[in-house]
Amino acid sequence: MLANQIGYYSLILGLLLSVLLCGVSIKDLNSSNKQINQNVLSLSFLQLVFVIVSFLSLILSFINSDFSNETVFNNSHTTKPLFYKISGTWGNHEGSLLLWLLVLTLFIFLFLIKSREQPKKYRILTLLFQQIIIIGFFLFVLMTSNPFNYLFPIPTEGLGLNPILQDPALAIHPPILYLGYVGTSIIFSSSLAAVTQNYVSKKWGKHIKKWVLVSWIFLTIGIMLGSIWAYYELGWGGFWFWDPVENVSLMPWLILTALLHCIIVLERRAALTSWVVILSITTFTLSMCGTFLVRSGILNSVHTFANDPARGIFILIFLFILIVLSLGIFFLFHKESNKNSSNFLWLSRETSILINNWFMMYFLSVVLIGTVYPIFLDVISSEKISVGPPFYHKLIVPFLIPFLFFMSLGPRLKWIKSKIENKNSLIITFIISIMLTFFIVQNLTNDLLFYTILVSSAFFLFFTTLKELFIKKINNISQTVAHFGFSLLILSILFNSILSSEIITNIKIGEKYTYNKSEIFFKNIKERKESNFNSIIAYFEIKDENGKTVELKPEIRIYNQPVIITSEADIKTTLLEDKFLVMNLVKGKEYFNIRYQVKPFMIWIWISVLLLSLGGLMSLFKKKYEK
Amino acid sequence: MKNKFSLFFVIIFLSFCFVVFYKGLNNSNTYAPTIKGKKKIPIFEAKDFNSSVYLNSKKIFEEDNFYILNIWASWCVPCRTEHPLLMRLSKNQSVKLIGLNYRDNLNNAKKFINELGNPYSQIIIDDNGTLSVEFGAYGVPETFIIDKNKIIIRKFIGPINNEIVEEIKLIIK
Repeated sequence: MLANQIGYYSLILGLLLSVLLCGVSIKDLNSSNKQINQNVLSLSFLQLVFVIVSFLSLILSFINSDFSNETVFNNSHTTKPLFYKISGTWGNHEGSLLLWLLVLTLFIFLFLIKSREQPKKYRILTLLFQQIIIIGFFLFVLMTSNPFNYLFPIPTEGLGLNPILQDPALAIHPPILYLGYVGTSIIFSSSLAAVTQNYVSKKWGKHIKKWVLVSWIFLTIGIMLGSIWAYYELGWGGFWFWDPVENVSLMPWLILTALLHCIIVLERRAALTSWVVILSITTFTLSMCGTFLVRSGILNSVHTFANDPARGIFILIFLFILIVLSLGIFFLFHKESNKNSSNFLWLSRETSILINNWFMMYFLSVVLIGTVYPIFLDVISSEKISVGPPFYHKLIVPFLIPFLFFMSLGPRLKWIKSKIENKNSLIITFIISIMLTFFIVQNLTNDLLFYTILVSSAFFLFFTTLKELFIKKINNISQTVAHFGFSLLILSILFNSILSSEIITNIKIGEKYTYNKSEIFFKNIKERKESNFNSIIAYFEIKDENGKTVELKPEIRIYNQPVIITSEADIKTTLLEDKFLVMNLVKGKEYFNIRYQVKPFMIWIWISVLLLSLGGLMSLFKKKYEK
Repeated sequence: MKNKFSLFFVIIFLSFCFVVFYKGLNNSNTYAPTIKGKKKIPIFEAKDFNSSVYLNSKKIFEEDNFYILNIWASWCVPCRTEHPLLMRLSKNQSVKLIGLNYRDNLNNAKKFINELGNPYSQIIIDDNGTLSVEFGAYGVPETFIIDKNKIIIRKFIGPINNEIVEEIKLIIK
């Protein structure tokens, strides 16, 4: 009860502080002081404190199961384990927006502390732009999705947290994803500030690169956690489904990746400034756009919490205000950098990064069109379609071939003008890749030519980066690690999709099912009671083609609040392959429907994404710029 | 000149996007697919909601009448929003509403009906969700219109709204 009030009023105080901060910083903008007014820093800190207090009081209400709070009532239940009570705080629309605010205020505070060497006006303008976003979100939370709505009479029991959200990976997925997703707001604000100050320079590039890296690392890990969750919990036996919500997190990632590469050019050569600014603006705009698509209910997806048109309209208007504001600033203030630095020959590092950009733009447009086209079609012709994986695969996979190829060559080029060195070793690597691929692929697929080219381009990148890691002296290790991770990712995804096998059958207790040389034996079932669910655990013994047996124990959970039946897959992970078994109830109850999948190299997908983010992390912490 | 042109183009494009998204927001999420061919209702046996007696589908749909089959559950939030509309439909004499309680806890379902009223002339239970699949349902809520020949002539995926109620009234006239 008390926590409710405290939370609500700290939100209002936070909003008032935003307004105050704008006033103080505008005054400070015109003052002759060289350093930023100390009050601005203190106020920004105070604002952060208020948002933290508000967030903590929501957590407290969840822990105490205070059902006088509408959000708690809608999303929690007394029988939930403590861990899920806490994670329930951000597992809903209102709470997650509060988390959004927390990240916004946290990042601007950190920015102010970390940017002391930057020009004063630039810092203040960044703060101002960020405060515009913060005010927008404060208003959004307070007006349309207040997490502290009071309920009377106080219900004795809550409605419960959606069971599919009761999962450890999902408990930490939103905070980490948000750090990346909302972290892009700082890039947005500071690039706008830099444009107005005509400060898009080498120095700025060096300073903003850190923020791009931080967002990129968190976004990468956040997407991976979501993907792991989908693999384990949704029980569809895949890790990426091109669901709108996944797309919405992938789009900023693609842009952020392009931005990261552009910034390297900016920091070294002060070129590609327009690219950097436009990409910085787009990244955050796409994050906002994603929030709009997912939260307004305009698309149906796992993450759509509520269909409240008022919310949708608010974000939509706010989103377009931000777009118009940023484009206006870009057109008014931006001047293309001096001609000299944009002079580079076609065979140079710059060109290769530009090529990378165009590929990213292409991937982005495919994902964007696939995601929003159904909405446009529905509005214009009231026809309903859904865009599925085949669309994305057809349009993305073939373009991976030249992309991977350029990725192997690009980093070997020098700035401005270059020749390809060590041509012979490259050609040898390429031939080895093709031959290796041919031997691996020839018995596996019908589409021999296509897969040979695709897989060998992935191998080519794999070998060139691997060679760089071990043979050459360590000159740009972070980039090599990240690129190596990417080649490993593509290779594991490709082999995973080529080599996966699946058996679906109905089976009853004591029965044996044989397929080719593998054997599935359904031993027995046991029941188990937990505070928030009852479950049926089945024991299966599976003998694979090599005669090895494993025991798999898939589960069916019947959650009590709300009553939902979920299937928990059991997965045995080894370095080479995952064995995945999931079961469902069938009418009559004697039979169970099982789906058994062998998915090779699953763990390497996660490992390679971790390598990718490790590359980012190394780049963030390296001491001085490498030659 | 070039700059002005691109600015103009961007503004036009953005306004277009805004209008589409704005309209898209107001579109309902209900989806009424066209039904190809004549699909008769499946033959099945299901437990009665109140007495737990097994009922035959012929008995449930025995009258020479239009039927509306509504799939619902107490845990489904959109079902709550469409419930008042079902109550309104149930006052219509020329149609009978059958409720199909989908994967629900019986006590919660009873509480739901007590709280919000019972629009159904009969409720049957679909414990494991298989009956709904036989009807060709994708989820909850879903509403099927069944004509006098026991043929499904229309189905609505998602919660029904005022327009759909009017359409249903036209069909059953």
